[in-house]
Amino acid sequence: MEPKVLPSLQSGSSLAVSAKKRRKWNVDHWLSFAFILPSVIAVAVFVYGFIAWSGYVSLSNWNSLVPDLSFAGLKNYLFLFKDFRFQADLRNTLFFTLFFILAVLFMGLMLAVFLDQKIRGESLFRNIFFFPMALSFVVTGVIWQWLLNPATGVNLFLKKIGLDSLWYTSVTVIPGIQWSKIQFGVPVAVIAVVIAAAWQMTGFSVAMYLAGLRAIPEEIREAARMDGAGEFQIYRKIIFPMVAPITVSVVIIMAHISLKIFDLIYAMTGPGANFVTDVPGVYMFETTFRGNYYANGAAISIIMLLSVAIFIVPYLISSRKGES
Amino acid sequence: MKKKALLFIALAFTLLLSACSQSSSSDDTNNKKNSGKLEIFSWWTGAGEEDGLKALIKLFKEKNPDIPVENAAVAGGAGTNAKAVLASRMQGNDPPATFQVHGGAELNDGWVAADKMEPLNDLYDKEKWNDKFPKQLIDMVSKDGKIYSVPVDIHRGNVLWYNKKVFADNNLQAPKTLDEFFKVADKLKAKGITPLALGDKEPWTATMIFENILLGTLGNEDYQKLWTGDLKFDDPKVKKAAESFKKMLSYVNDDHSSRNWQDASQLVAKGDAAMNIMGDWAKGYFVNDLKLKVNEDFGWVATPGSEGQFMIITDTFGLPKGVKNTKDVKQFLSLLGSVEGQDAFNPLKGSIPARTDADESKYDEYGKQTMKEFKEAKLAPSLAHGSAAPEGFVTKANQAVNIFVTQKNVGQLIDSLNQASSELKK
Repeated sequence: MEPKVLPSLQSGSSLAVSAKKRRKWNVDHWLSFAFILPSVIAVAVFVYGFIAWSGYVSLSNWNSLVPDLSFAGLKNYLFLFKDFRFQADLRNTLFFTLFFILAVLFMGLMLAVFLDQKIRGESLFRNIFFFPMALSFVVTGVIWQWLLNPATGVNLFLKKIGLDSLWYTSVTVIPGIQWSKIQFGVPVAVIAVVIAAAWQMTGFSVAMYLAGLRAIPEEIREAARMDGAGEFQIYRKIIFPMVAPITVSVVIIMAHISLKIFDLIYAMTGPGANFVTDVPGVYMFETTFRGNYYANGAAISIIMLLSVAIFIVPYLISSRKGES
Repeated sequence: MKKKALLFIALAFTLLLSACSQSSSSDDTNNKKNSGKLEIFSWWTGAGEEDGLKALIKLFKEKNPDIPVENAAVAGGAGTNAKAVLASRMQGNDPPATFQVHGGAELNDGWVAADKMEPLNDLYDKEKWNDKFPKQLIDMVSKDGKIYSVPVDIHRGNVLWYNKKVFADNNLQAPKTLDEFFKVADKLKAKGITPLALGDKEPWTATMIFENILLGTLGNEDYQKLWTGDLKFDDPKVKKAAESFKKMLSYVNDDHSSRNWQDASQLVAKGDAAMNIMGDWAKGYFVNDLKLKVNEDFGWVATPGSEGQFMIITDTFGLPKGVKNTKDVKQFLSLLGSVEGQDAFNPLKGSIPARTDADESKYDEYGKQTMKEFKEAKLAPSLAHGSAAPEGFVTKANQAVNIFVTQKNVGQLIDSLNQASSELKK
């Protein structure tokens, strides 16, 4: 970078480094290279190769059982953005992601703070909070479907006390502003899915926040107390800012789960009446493997990939910067 | 140095392992192809249908003890998951030895059009089947004079099931026309009973109601013309059918979108709802799962306006291209098409045989009546089950119906179907 400063030392050290490098390449590097080579090839072919293939298919005319790979331009994408179902999917994904992440963050932080109070039976509670993480989304979906169904479970109690038990199958969108072909707003039925998803994933954010809280040295709290800060103030002014980086990680991880969600919806509500609980993953599955619209399906997948990339790429860039 | 040596050994070992696993896996596939396991692919995993399949396989094993059979059934209602698995296997040139496919467009515009099926005319000639199956049925599994699959069972799609006790308690007769249906439904509604049970968590159940109204309103010929493109969806008769569909939807249970078809059948079984429109696999569910008695606890009539017509759903099996053990597959198909095979399978599944010369005494009251009507009635292919139109159209029709059930906008439904009808000419 600055060659004029201490030229002899600079060149000498760089020589030493390159010599070292060369020596390493001879044995260790070749060896480690050989070890990672199979997975590099596998990832290159089965991840990036197929992403590229999907991208190519999404620009083709392949919308039947017979492959037709002629170039179609952006036809499939234009179709999707004009399609009622896909517009509904985008709306549902947006609000599902928003509420799901907020619920996971809020509940996770609250429960982590609760566990951090050195309460009795902490490990029991910790296990209870983490346990749902061990289940698959399909199991969660089936159970919550039974719990929230209008004909069984929780809603029977609601009915007894005279409350509306049909919110689970509601087709209402609040506030329901007409936007292109759909009504834009929060679909009421999505709340059921948010409850189930948050129930399952909150354990993860509890674990992350708890680790963060435990990493804060007791001295800092003591010092704050000495300065006359109340417990609430300590959390608001000191603890929460210190666990903020964890929030970023949790948001990224939850966002990529919720943007790609399929299994929970498929097991729990399906596309829903008027597609109020449909998501791109379900649409992609049905249109590709039931309707044989391979190019449309590929276009949906690429849009899903891009939507996840919006979250992941800045995160990767910033974490790389942090390393160097 | 020692560490390095260890690493080398480890590397050599992993390479060796991967080489081994590769060779062993290729050995496996070779073995599979050589031994010619007869892989039977279906979505028969439910009560009744699984028993039927097992009975068939048992019969086949008795006759051909040297052919190994593999039951490759994939679970999931109406074949939703199985069809996805099948599609990827066929695209990857790894077809099962034989697979379940609905006769009609699903076979002809799907796999036959994609050039994935072998014709079976020689088998039909050899077994003298050409006059054993109804001609209309053979036409459903043929394209350009070539026959591509063997029908094993017949289901009827235009059946209205009703709770006999509810009808008797309210002095009602099962409705035969749409007008009668609405009269009966109004009376039931006034008594606080849900007139029509619907479970459209999977939208094809609502599509079935619509196709039945279409058949009842248009009549057989015009109904069939819809799928060849000779009658447009903006025809006034189609609009009239859509209006009736809309009216019928005002009599369904509130929580329909959280139920599947079994849940809807349960409403009728319990007497919470009076009627249900479903294919006659619902009879299997009533009898096998809910232990109801045929014609005592529940009764049936053709859906309003469709008397004398038979909405047909037929499960057939064919021979995919690229299968090595062709002979064994044909052996199995011979059994499927035989009276013996059909009578082993159908009484257990609750369907009726595709052959018209099967043994009637093996079937229950519903089966006997349906077998008789199958011989006399005019056949109509089902849209919801892929017999009338290609899967691409069916998927779009299901989406349009799913939107319609909520929005009840007739114009929009007609527009969507019209737009999707470009798929029909493929």
